[in-house]
Amino acid sequence: MSEFHDPSNVINPEHADAHIISPGVYAIVFVTLLVFTGITVGAAYVDLGIFNPVVALAIASFKAVVVILFFMHVKYQSNLVKLTVAAGFFTFLVLITMTMTDYISRAWGLW
Amino acid sequence: MSATSSTIVNLPDQRTAALPKRHYLNNEDGLLSWLFTGDHKRIAILYLISITFFFFIGGAFAGLIRLELLTPQPDLVASDTYNKFFSMHGIVMIFLFLVPSVPATLGNFLIPIMLGAKDLAFPKINLLSWYLYWVGGLFTLAALVLGGVDTGWTFTTPLSTHYLNTHVVTAATGVFIIGFSSIFTGLNFIVTIHRMRAPGMTWFRMPLFCWSNYAASILMVLGTPVLAITLVLVALERLVGIGVFDPTKGGDPLLFQHLFWFYSHPAVYIMILPGMGVISEVISTFSRKRVFGYTAVAFSSVAIALFGFFVWAHHMFIMGVSNYSALVFSLLTMLVAVPSAIKIFNWAFTLQKGSITFETPMLYAFGFLGLFTIGGMTGVFLGALGMDIHLTETYFIVAHFHFVMVGGMLMAFLAGIHFWWPKMTGRMYPESLSKLAAVTTFIGFNLTFLPQFILGYLGMPRRYHAYPPEFQVLNVLSTAGATVLGVGYMLPLLYLGWSLKYGAIAGNNPWQATGLEWQIQSPPLTENFIEIPIVDHEAYDYEWLAHKTAHEVTTVG
Repeated sequence: MSEFHDPSNVINPEHADAHIISPGVYAIVFVTLLVFTGITVGAAYVDLGIFNPVVALAIASFKAVVVILFFMHVKYQSNLVKLTVAAGFFTFLVLITMTMTDYISRAWGLW
Repeated sequence: MSATSSTIVNLPDQRTAALPKRHYLNNEDGLLSWLFTGDHKRIAILYLISITFFFFIGGAFAGLIRLELLTPQPDLVASDTYNKFFSMHGIVMIFLFLVPSVPATLGNFLIPIMLGAKDLAFPKINLLSWYLYWVGGLFTLAALVLGGVDTGWTFTTPLSTHYLNTHVVTAATGVFIIGFSSIFTGLNFIVTIHRMRAPGMTWFRMPLFCWSNYAASILMVLGTPVLAITLVLVALERLVGIGVFDPTKGGDPLLFQHLFWFYSHPAVYIMILPGMGVISEVISTFSRKRVFGYTAVAFSSVAIALFGFFVWAHHMFIMGVSNYSALVFSLLTMLVAVPSAIKIFNWAFTLQKGSITFETPMLYAFGFLGLFTIGGMTGVFLGALGMDIHLTETYFIVAHFHFVMVGGMLMAFLAGIHFWWPKMTGRMYPESLSKLAAVTTFIGFNLTFLPQFILGYLGMPRRYHAYPPEFQVLNVLSTAGATVLGVGYMLPLLYLGWSLKYGAIAGNNPWQATGLEWQIQSPPLTENFIEIPIVDHEAYDYEWLAHKTAHEVTTVG
């Protein structure tokens, strides 16, 4: 593609703003992840009953989102890249929710 | 013969015609130039040879299955050998033939050319995908040679994890690796279609072949990882007993089927969607009309891809899933019939008032229309909860998915191979012989699989090597049909091979088709286009073609 004169980068728009993340942001994200790891360990010592897995999954999901947005640069990408990432999560949600339709209602018995 | 003698085939004068001096086949010489190629067309040829090899391996097992079922007694092989036959038939045909069939061969060859690009976005990943295909294929062959695997192609737990001592892990590793080959092909197509369309080639000027491969690529990229994870879990369950699928450790065997079918139902659409793209091209070309309802056909591909992720539990209705869940999945299954029917009806309306000619690809396409419709309609029977209890795990299922996969997909694949063969090789095959092959395939197919619908309805279960004597007549019909079908598949291998050296010179555009691929030389140059085409017309614009060729002097050589 380099043979074209393309100063405003129409051909590869996402290359134009190849965002450089400052070390400070990385440090903040790293500390955040460490803090939430601590919270995970702490939560393991508190019995929340039915909320045990809910809290654990919430912490894990938050950390995953932070990693994806900052470490994996998704926050600074074009909408097409964001949509691509979202498509993966959408498919994953379909897998979980549609499978859960079985597990939730299996004990309801016959009609 | 006035009805059939009309033809659109337009070959150059054979006394003066010659193949172009330079093209992708002779651009470089030597085995290494093929093994290290980045050219999408050469990789397509490598894939074509590879999948043909595996097709005949899978076909040999199909032949052995039918031979055993010739008689009611289990007299040819022992029961566990029979289990290995149908397992290997399924694994080879699905993962090594059907999934890569149209995308990896015709798709690899044509998508960049149809878009006006020089190659796919990631040529090296494309080559890597072929190598991964072979690594996976060798694992599968190893499982076969070392003593086989008898899980069926579905690797269903707890049979695969707890009860078998065959080469389950070897075969699963093979399928795991082939999955990555499929992901890479899909990834390449998605990026290429998004980023490498020629100037003026808007989304709605793309040939429908690109649309359907795009939809299939989305399924490959989003679905295949789930299969990979599932097979890893099966391997871990077998090797270290992690217990995910083991009720004694708090696991659930049905979870395997949820995960497996989450991929493997969309995989059906991975297989059929590219075939539907072929049919759109073929039907338009041989009825000289724009595909009726282009936008509807394009979006129905995407709709099939999307709906495909919401229907998987219809494979598990009798396995003990929740009745309420089964109800939801049954309703959603019926929905997939809508976009499929949109395609069928639009193809029918494309034919209406078209100038139809009956060249070989069109005969295969007609075969597809009828057989896929029967396969799809019987799918609606099976999606209905009550009918499914009676029909599932019988030969009705076997007949149903063979109508879709063989009657649909294989017919579409052969339509595509015959349609683009002149483009890929620069030579024509003998037309009368290929028509004979198309008709033989159609007759053989129906003789093989129509009796299986009846057998299934009468209650003959699948995956058994013996059956009550009253089923023998239908089984003999089916086995006889399989031999006819075998002849129908051997014929193209012979005459296509023959045509490589002795076929008539095809010229650039033997079918007078409109696609960009037909406007360049056959076989194409390595870089496809001498200059990047600028697209100012939509796909299937026969007036544009007539205008373009009106004052053209045919020179070849």
